Amino acid sequence: MGYIMLLETVIGELIKGMITTVEIFSLTLLFSIPLGLVVCSFRRSGNKILTGIMRVFISIMRGTPLMLQLIVIFFGPYFLFGFHLSQTYRFIAVIIAFTLNYSAYFAEIFRGGFESIPKGQLEAAQILGYSKNQTFVQIMMPQMFRITMPSITNETITLVKDTSLAFVIAIPEIFTVAKQIAAANASITILLIAGVFYYVFNALVAYIMSYIEKQMTYY
Amino acid sequence: MSLFEIKNLKKSFDDKEILKNISLTVNKGDVLSIIGPSGSGKSTLLRCATGLETIDSGEINFNGQFGLVFQSFNLFPHHTVLENIVNAPIKVQKRDKEEVYKQARELLKKMNLEDKENFYPKSLSGGQQQRVSIARALAMNPDILFFDEPTSALDPELTGEVLKVIKDLAKENMTMVIVTHEMNFAKNVSDKIIFMEDGFILEEGTPEEVFSDNNKRMQNFLGHLTSEFD
Repeated sequence: MGYIMLLETVIGELIKGMITTVEIFSLTLLFSIPLGLVVCSFRRSGNKILTGIMRVFISIMRGTPLMLQLIVIFFGPYFLFGFHLSQTYRFIAVIIAFTLNYSAYFAEIFRGGFESIPKGQLEAAQILGYSKNQTFVQIMMPQMFRITMPSITNETITLVKDTSLAFVIAIPEIFTVAKQIAAANASITILLIAGVFYYVFNALVAYIMSYIEKQMTYY
Repeated sequence: MSLFEIKNLKKSFDDKEILKNISLTVNKGDVLSIIGPSGSGKSTLLRCATGLETIDSGEINFNGQFGLVFQSFNLFPHHTVLENIVNAPIKVQKRDKEEVYKQARELLKKMNLEDKENFYPKSLSGGQQQRVSIARALAMNPDILFFDEPTSALDPELTGEVLKVIKDLAKENMTMVIVTHEMNFAKNVSDKIIFMEDGFILEEGTPEEVFSDNNKRMQNFLGHLTSEFD
């Protein structure tokens, strides 16, 4: 009887953990790609101050461990201002840290993409009278995404695995949960199950990304 | 009647003066060809005239719509042939969609490309791409059309189809300024020819005047051209 209860609890906890992992993954992707575009635009704006700030931001985000960034963003408000840290903020902190970190990487990927678009594209748009916004949205962005799709896929697959770093501030995502159960039962079986979950999740991500890539190679 | 006018145009890149006091006039319906050796400033002149480069001094007098056909076509690769032609008239000039599509299809027919409207540029030959880019420029209903070495990026067997399109436009009295290395073409199609060298206009006149036997500078330049291939 007790054994069945335990198994049910374990399965329940694991499923909740998987859902949390998928949430971290989806929200990070949802926010970091647009933010990456903004960071990239500021970085390329030609405005010395904006460019400078973005360079420093990207350099810090890429130059320090994501694990450290998670800790700083979660505990920072308490140590700096004495704020009480709620359970909700724990999750919000994870999303903020992941979004900031990934936006920096995406910004650099996008920058490379924009810079590899031939200059003639901009000139043709200028001659045809496209506004700056029209040129960006209608001419530059679609070409940039097409060029950078393989790098975006890479980054997305890394993100699936990086979500496990959230364990450092005790977010009950799949890795945290699996580690706890494994420790309680002195068995690594559950960690292997977590491994299979990451693998299947990534296989799915890779499949979807390659589908999108194919859709984009019409030209 | 003067449609387009450049007065005392000067342009330098860093310390190198590329255009040294250029003045020229284009009348409505005229075809003006600009010839001269590489590095003489022909392309820079066109880029200044179309606003792709800023000018250091002088003036450009023109009020109207212009088009530019690039050496490397610069079609938008993610748009179909038809989208390449209709997008700017619809989104920039805010013209009626139906009218623009109708005009675009007529232009494609004129370019002999009516069966290519749903193709993407990459599946077309260079000559076809250049004809699409001419159609794209014409769809804006330009008062004047500039060509920057429109056949220089093409295989020799494809230059003919593009030059023919330009010749047809000349017959329809389209005002055009053409930077070109195609001497025979320039001779046949132009009302006026400008010969540039080292940032100056050295000769200016009708094809007969510029290509005449007693024009030493031109004969020297043309001699160079032919001796290259001897």
